[in-house]
Amino acid sequence: MHEVKFIRPKSLADAVQIYRTTPGCRPLAGGTDLMVMLHARTVRPEPQAVLDLWSLAELKGVRRVQDSVEIGAAESYTGIIASRDVQQHLPALAAAARTIGAAQIQNRGTLGGNLANASPAGDTLPVLLAYDAVVVTDRRAIPIDKFFIGYRKTELHPDELITAVRLPLGRRVAFRKVGTRAAQAISKVVMAVSGHPARIAIGSVAEVPLRARRAEAALERDDIEAAIAAVADDIRPIDDVRSTAAYRRAVTQNVLRGLLDAFARG
Amino acid sequence: MTIAFTINGHSVAVEVSGSRRLLDVIREDLGATGTKEGCGEGECGACSVLIDGEVVDSCLIAVGQVEGREVTTVEGLADGGRLTALQQAFIAHGAAQCGICTPGLLLAAHVLLQHSKRLTADEVREGLAGNLCRCTGYTKIIDAVLSCTK
Repeated sequence: MHEVKFIRPKSLADAVQIYRTTPGCRPLAGGTDLMVMLHARTVRPEPQAVLDLWSLAELKGVRRVQDSVEIGAAESYTGIIASRDVQQHLPALAAAARTIGAAQIQNRGTLGGNLANASPAGDTLPVLLAYDAVVVTDRRAIPIDKFFIGYRKTELHPDELITAVRLPLGRRVAFRKVGTRAAQAISKVVMAVSGHPARIAIGSVAEVPLRARRAEAALERDDIEAAIAAVADDIRPIDDVRSTAAYRRAVTQNVLRGLLDAFARG
Repeated sequence: MTIAFTINGHSVAVEVSGSRRLLDVIREDLGATGTKEGCGEGECGACSVLIDGEVVDSCLIAVGQVEGREVTTVEGLADGGRLTALQQAFIAHGAAQCGICTPGLLLAAHVLLQHSKRLTADEVREGLAGNLCRCTGYTKIIDAVLSCTK
């Protein structure tokens, strides 16, 4: 059987070097997506090696950097949820992390993985969009609204590693996920909203996690009814095994109304 | 490659590809078949083990990632023939039927009880949400775990 080589870098610098010079190499963090695909042999192109990022200290931790919170790309959701900085300044991110799988997944899932995997249903991705997060890589800082460029396609170069995610302080973001059941569900609609500046970010309703630009423009004018009307045209939902386009459109409007109402109530 | 780690308090060194699933190495190479495979996709929790005291799905772990770490499987809970209070509670409450989910549930509940002995039924349900059981309807499992709380 084809054997995938396991590479354990000594440091982040070592990992960056190996990733740039090893053909067919895939970064591996907590494995919650990649190990499933490796076992099912559905990774394309077929990887020759995995590069283990999980134990690199440089990719762990949550820290305050000036006016932002920086989260290591391989920090677990459990670590993110437990962080005082996240609880205090980024409660919507903690709320999103709590909806991802259960303890087993939260102990291994990471922001770097959620970003790189770029599933339209990635539960942290609308939150990152609503906060205007910045994706920090080994060579540059990518604004999150430039990051997702197609179905599971990102702005990352083939040899570029995500090292951290930076989120600003002082922004109020609300989060809601709708799935089939409360625990362990893949989202039918997942949304994060900020009032000032107006951000309406939604997952599972298009080929990418998207910002609803027309609805945002209406929200910027404080025209809530226009925002709720416009959001139905901003999204591009499909019928699939988890739901229908019509259901997703209706739920998107309802969830947006609910989140904006919650803002209005303070 | 050689991967050295601790399993249930014993040091082991296995000669395997580091990208193999920890689940397969535990069952096939180490012969510890208490750890079960359910879905193989990180949904059902049947393959739950502890790594350095944290509950994880062993089907999602590349064995190379446990180098130098401490792995606990269901075989590591009891002290020789003496079952833990939690295991005894599972028996007393009839919390197992077919048994496939039981090892994973025991480990997830073990961690939960280590973090806190004061748990509500909702907290127990949330703590065990990553372990699916298709037989019991969960009630007796929750009761068993709650009987170990204060």
